[in-house]
Amino acid sequence: MTGSRTTAVLDRDGLDALVGTLRALGRTVVGPTVRDGAVVLAELSSADELPFGWGTRVEAGRYRLEPRADGAAFAHTTGPHSWKAFLHPQRERLWSADRTADGGLSYTEEDAPQPSYAFLGVRACDLRAIAIQDRVLTGGRYEDRGYRERRTGAFLVAAECTEPGGTCFCASMGSGPAAEAGFDLALTELLDADGHRFVVRTGSDAGEDVLARLPHRAADPRADTAAARDAVAGARERMGRAMPPVDLQALMGASLEAERWDDVAARCLTCGNCTMVCPTCFCTTTEEVTDLTGDHAERWQRWDSCFDLDFTHLPGGPVRASARSRYRQWLTHKLSTWYEQFGSSGCVGCGRCITWCPVAIDITEEAAALHDELADRLRRQERTEQER
Amino acid sequence: MTCAPVPYRVVRARTETADTVSLTVAPAGPSGLPPFAPGQFAMVHAFGAGEIPLSTSCIDGPELTHTVRAVGAVSAALCRLRTGDRVGMRGPFGTGWEVDRAVGGDLLVVAGGIGLAPLLPVVDAARAAPHAYGRLNLLVGARAPADLLHAHRLCTWATSPGPPHCLVTVDRPAPGWRGRVGVVTSLLNGARFDPGNTTAFVCGPEVMIRALARDLVHRGLPPHRVRVSLERTMHCGTGHCGHCQLGGVLLCRDGPVTGWDRAAPLLSVREL
Repeated sequence: MTGSRTTAVLDRDGLDALVGTLRALGRTVVGPTVRDGAVVLAELSSADELPFGWGTRVEAGRYRLEPRADGAAFAHTTGPHSWKAFLHPQRERLWSADRTADGGLSYTEEDAPQPSYAFLGVRACDLRAIAIQDRVLTGGRYEDRGYRERRTGAFLVAAECTEPGGTCFCASMGSGPAAEAGFDLALTELLDADGHRFVVRTGSDAGEDVLARLPHRAADPRADTAAARDAVAGARERMGRAMPPVDLQALMGASLEAERWDDVAARCLTCGNCTMVCPTCFCTTTEEVTDLTGDHAERWQRWDSCFDLDFTHLPGGPVRASARSRYRQWLTHKLSTWYEQFGSSGCVGCGRCITWCPVAIDITEEAAALHDELADRLRRQERTEQER
Repeated sequence: MTCAPVPYRVVRARTETADTVSLTVAPAGPSGLPPFAPGQFAMVHAFGAGEIPLSTSCIDGPELTHTVRAVGAVSAALCRLRTGDRVGMRGPFGTGWEVDRAVGGDLLVVAGGIGLAPLLPVVDAARAAPHAYGRLNLLVGARAPADLLHAHRLCTWATSPGPPHCLVTVDRPAPGWRGRVGVVTSLLNGARFDPGNTTAFVCGPEVMIRALARDLVHRGLPPHRVRVSLERTMHCGTGHCGHCQLGGVLLCRDGPVTGWDRAAPLLSVREL
């Protein structure tokens, strides 16, 4: 994919046509929709199912839908789902094994055809998250073949954020709110005197091709393009939270024995919610499933969480037995050791882990507290050295 | 999604101790896995039970030997296999001991318990090229005499001038045991090596690795010449499941064999 090329404007009919065109191209269109009191990601059959007229109010440990009078479709913040549920599904069969008549074994790799997805309404933070999972699952010596097939076939329609949530901090992670790369089309929703419309930028040849099939008009540089830019710039200023502007990789590396881990461990339920909602958490475990004949076995992969006691099971017991060590593993991996393993941070600032934590643990607050503790410790060390 | 295992046939199943078996396997079909280097591991599938990482205790062309202790459902299933049974194999995965990089110097091979298994190919490689290396030491510790793996080989080596210069110790002696009693680090004083020109290969319980590596560094071995093999949970072997993390190290990808220079800061943090 290359940088954006064409900028145009779609109206509500254009958005309808976008969903219809993608479906006509044989794609499974997935996008935000209201279900069970939240904006979730699900297959859409038409643009009508988008959360028109719904906003969200989020805080640490709190998520509420709120009706909006303006009828906006993309004024909500990230929900409990992320696109990894589609690209790196919760459960997936890896291979099957069968006993053969001559007493041998035969193995069959899973090669069911993968769906051809179109994701509608991907936030900038989630575009970054997808790029991160690309590196984890396909960027190394071995690639996750199923992931690669689903990913290379996916068409991404970004939706830039104009209404950030109370737990959002993408601006401080450098991953949003503007969609800069990694999309086929990027939408910016505008609701002003010129009407309800979507400024659309193309990011790939496939995006150009789809746009050409939609009813659209050219964008006015001031009324549309600049207005979209301003709306996104405004969102940048209204982020609910921010990561402390420090070298997080070094901070975590220097904080492995911090007292703050005991403090957070006293609150953390080790429920794993944060790992389930995180758009980059990729860890999986495997299960052996056999049928009643005993001649057929299947190897299944499913999401796992580093908060699970069994995650580090060894014959002598779990390596990370304490909540302190499990929370430390999650946070230091996300913000620090991910760089060593995969060349980037594992956090995109989407805020989901804060919103969906049942006890309102806030990753930005924990990072700030670790920073304060380290600064304190360094000051004390300096004083001790001066006194010598 | 990963490549499916390749079927292998059990050629020999030899009981080592009450709970440990050496399984020698060969490709069941015309082709097997790419060649394994000493220290690398395979993901071995026991039909209907699951898959576990196992290093090789002998590499003989396409034939691989895994020495397995029955500590869980999958390892117990593997220990029950007989000649002719089938397993599935994926690999080779991870880093090897890189014995070649120790050419010209003394070798110190130190094993605790089942840790002897992945080290035997190092001994084999050094014995196969006696002129390439200096003195070859093999220091072995076990819980009790009955837990000693490959006891017949150890017995032969320990009672002959070598190579290898082999010393054996147990934590708890049994009636009839006339050998040494104590931890494996106590054998270092009897080893023959020049600390400035030695590579150590260490595998065993983490507490042993820590004590031994610190002792060796204290004796003057550069930390990067102390090669240790570490253990964590593994489900994939391909760097995707996330279980084998030790700080920034993914042990299935950046290990299991790593230098003490990299391992020391990680193993000094509790529950990392």
